[in-house]
Amino acid sequence: MLRDITIGQYYQTESVLHKMDPRVKLGGTLLYIISLFLIKNFVGYIIAALFLGIVIKLSKVPFKFMIKGMKTIILLLMITVLFNLFLTPGEELVTVWKLTITVEGLRSAVSMAIRLTLLIIGSSVMTLTTTPNNLTDGMEKMMRPLKVIKVPVHEVAMMMSIALRFIPILLEETDKIMKAQIARGADFESGNLLKRAKAMVPLLVPLFISAFRRANDLAMAMEARCYRGGDGRTKMKPLCYQKRDYIAYICILLYLAVGITVGRILF
Amino acid sequence: MGIIKTKNVVYEYIRRDEDGNVEGITKAVDDVNLDINQGDFIAILGHNGSGKSTLAKHLNAILNPTEGTVWVDGMDTNDESQLWNIRQTAGMVFQNPDNQIIGQVVEEDVGFGPENIGVPTKEIWERVEESLRAVGMYQFRKHSPNKLSGGQKQRVSIAGVLAMHPKCIVLDEPTAMLDPNGRKEVIRAIRGLNDVEGVTVILITHYMEEIIHADKVFVMDQGKIAMEGTPREIFSQVEKLKNLRLDVPQITLLAYELQKKGILLPDGILTIKEFIQALHL
Amino acid sequence: MSLILDHVNYVYGDDTPLAVKALDDICLTIPDGQFIGIIGHTGSGKSTLMQHLNGLLKASDGSIYFNGEDIYDKDYDMKKLRSKVGLVFQYPEHQLFEVDVFTDVCFGPKNLGLDQREVELRAYDALRKVGLPDELFYQSPFDLSGGQKRRVAIAGVLAMKPEVLILDEPTAGLDPRGRDEILGQIKKLQTETGMTILLVSHSMEDVAEYVDRIIVMNKGKVMYDDEPKKVFRHYKELEEVGLAAPQVTYIMHALKEKGLNVDVDATTIEEATRQIYKALTE
Repeated sequence: MLRDITIGQYYQTESVLHKMDPRVKLGGTLLYIISLFLIKNFVGYIIAALFLGIVIKLSKVPFKFMIKGMKTIILLLMITVLFNLFLTPGEELVTVWKLTITVEGLRSAVSMAIRLTLLIIGSSVMTLTTTPNNLTDGMEKMMRPLKVIKVPVHEVAMMMSIALRFIPILLEETDKIMKAQIARGADFESGNLLKRAKAMVPLLVPLFISAFRRANDLAMAMEARCYRGGDGRTKMKPLCYQKRDYIAYICILLYLAVGITVGRILF
Repeated sequence: MGIIKTKNVVYEYIRRDEDGNVEGITKAVDDVNLDINQGDFIAILGHNGSGKSTLAKHLNAILNPTEGTVWVDGMDTNDESQLWNIRQTAGMVFQNPDNQIIGQVVEEDVGFGPENIGVPTKEIWERVEESLRAVGMYQFRKHSPNKLSGGQKQRVSIAGVLAMHPKCIVLDEPTAMLDPNGRKEVIRAIRGLNDVEGVTVILITHYMEEIIHADKVFVMDQGKIAMEGTPREIFSQVEKLKNLRLDVPQITLLAYELQKKGILLPDGILTIKEFIQALHL
Repeated sequence: MSLILDHVNYVYGDDTPLAVKALDDICLTIPDGQFIGIIGHTGSGKSTLMQHLNGLLKASDGSIYFNGEDIYDKDYDMKKLRSKVGLVFQYPEHQLFEVDVFTDVCFGPKNLGLDQREVELRAYDALRKVGLPDELFYQSPFDLSGGQKRRVAIAGVLAMKPEVLILDEPTAGLDPRGRDEILGQIKKLQTETGMTILLVSHSMEDVAEYVDRIIVMNKGKVMYDDEPKKVFRHYKELEEVGLAAPQVTYIMHALKEKGLNVDVDATTIEEATRQIYKALTE
């Protein structure tokens, strides 16, 4: 069950998107998300969806794999849609019991659903095609100017990449501890909220202990390999823009121009 | 002086009770003297809690001795200014393969050490390639470490240390969490480093069959060196090893049992071949 | 009274193209009171098999009967099964979580809904059975040595009074003496209580001395299922799948080849010593 989460996972294959500089992908994703909130009509959304479709095609990641990752956040999506549907004031469409659906509500619920879906798929395209290390490298380099105001850019990037490396390991561990406690008669599924929260103790205590032990081991291993912060480090895979990266930037800007013009002004 | 030398090394830690009061002092390492020559394959044996891992952490300045001195390639580990040179000279591989791999991709992990010591990009790639080839993991360079077997992960860890071009590698129970096949893989890789690359190896273990090829074996108990000698000399003392919570290979034990019954056999038989020869069959 | 597996199959990742058959048509009968070794290398399916026996994993196909009842029956009480078929995972000390040893061992029986007196009685009994000294009962489990922690964890399962005890690599990471102590303790448990024991292991040498029967798993199938000496006769086939017979087997074969009249079926050092001594002095 826990293994179904694909958000933040890397999908290994060879594609233009995989080779692209992480800064392009980071920047591109950011601009794409902004565009989703600037677009105000459905023609605009069609353009956004088309653009994303082309990008997915280029990434060579199976669409099915991406959709699988969506399952885990469908609940969040539903809640947002329902809130919009019932809580937007405006011209009344239908009233069921005490809940009123308005025209504006329907409109904003649908566009919210489209926006969120595109947003989630859009950002998962980035994580699926970029190794977490590469991603943090990109962030580190993009945020380097912040170092002047004493933001620990390298440290933050390193922490993120370590966290990402240990997520699958800790998920597996959770699964194992859970099974072991179930074998000792633990019940994680029935009872009220309080009882369930209490039932988590035999899972969480060992998990935390294990995480601390791992952290301790890892710190020692890093020190043994001469890690001493970002100063004086060289890079195995230094980031530098290629021709394809500039082309990608141009494509993104073109999309932005078309999308926003159509999505806000023309219709 | 050898590549690693320790003189009267003592390491104490203070045990405290729940309120933080001192309960007592434990000597995890007690008056240890070692002198290890460049290029040797050294095994340090001992039961769990014998102090062997604590000693190992002194050999690349993760721990500093309470008393006595440790020299790595002539550098005193108490000398802070030499810290990074010491760690580069004596690399370390730990027990749990999951907890020492930093990279998300095999090659990135192997590159981590060279990056830290400021090796230029082009040379990092050369070092990564040669290290991965040395442990037979080159074809896995693009893989995620999470998808590898325990033995493969441990070989990646070894490559990660090797890429820093150390003169000496200390391996702290690298096979304790592996299955028999993984153990064999790792031991083969370690022997290769020693034979082919001439790296000094210090292997800490409690598996007896892994030390047969060592040049010299130290057995630890209660923080002290309880025995030292060649594998044959060590394995000749079956009773003493058993008292130290250790074991001997089945063939050695069998020869020893027959000896006790009056069959004439030399001490410390290590292989089936030796056994058959000694029986004049 | 026994555990019966009837054509059990288990497939990982059913709906994906990467589906792996972790168990392939397993048929086994595990009668009461047997001490069984399950051997196989990593990925052979032995851990998957183990998790089926107390219902943690559900077979994709096939049935499992415990004491005559189908455990996949709708009305079957899984919780009861889990108390009757105790499962000790690899590195079980990683699941300890209570403030002291005794309370931790109480966790299992408490979950069974027993009254406090019975819970404590069982915990006490279980800790005695694994040979943990009394003075450690009220220490924090995290202050114990590795071997002691492992005993506590095993006691935690024993306190549920299972009829079948399954242990996954109970000696992993222990030193030779620690390994012998734990295995000796398990053997004692089996002879004294008549409990059925399944010992999952990588190592033939470890189990050869103790078990009545060895099940060799390979690629999700049962490759051999017989008494130890008969299984070790296939030492060449075992090698082909990345397993090995105990060194004694190789010694005996080598001696036989050189013309010494010994029985190649000897599996323990004791037997081998006797055999060789006899052959040499004849």
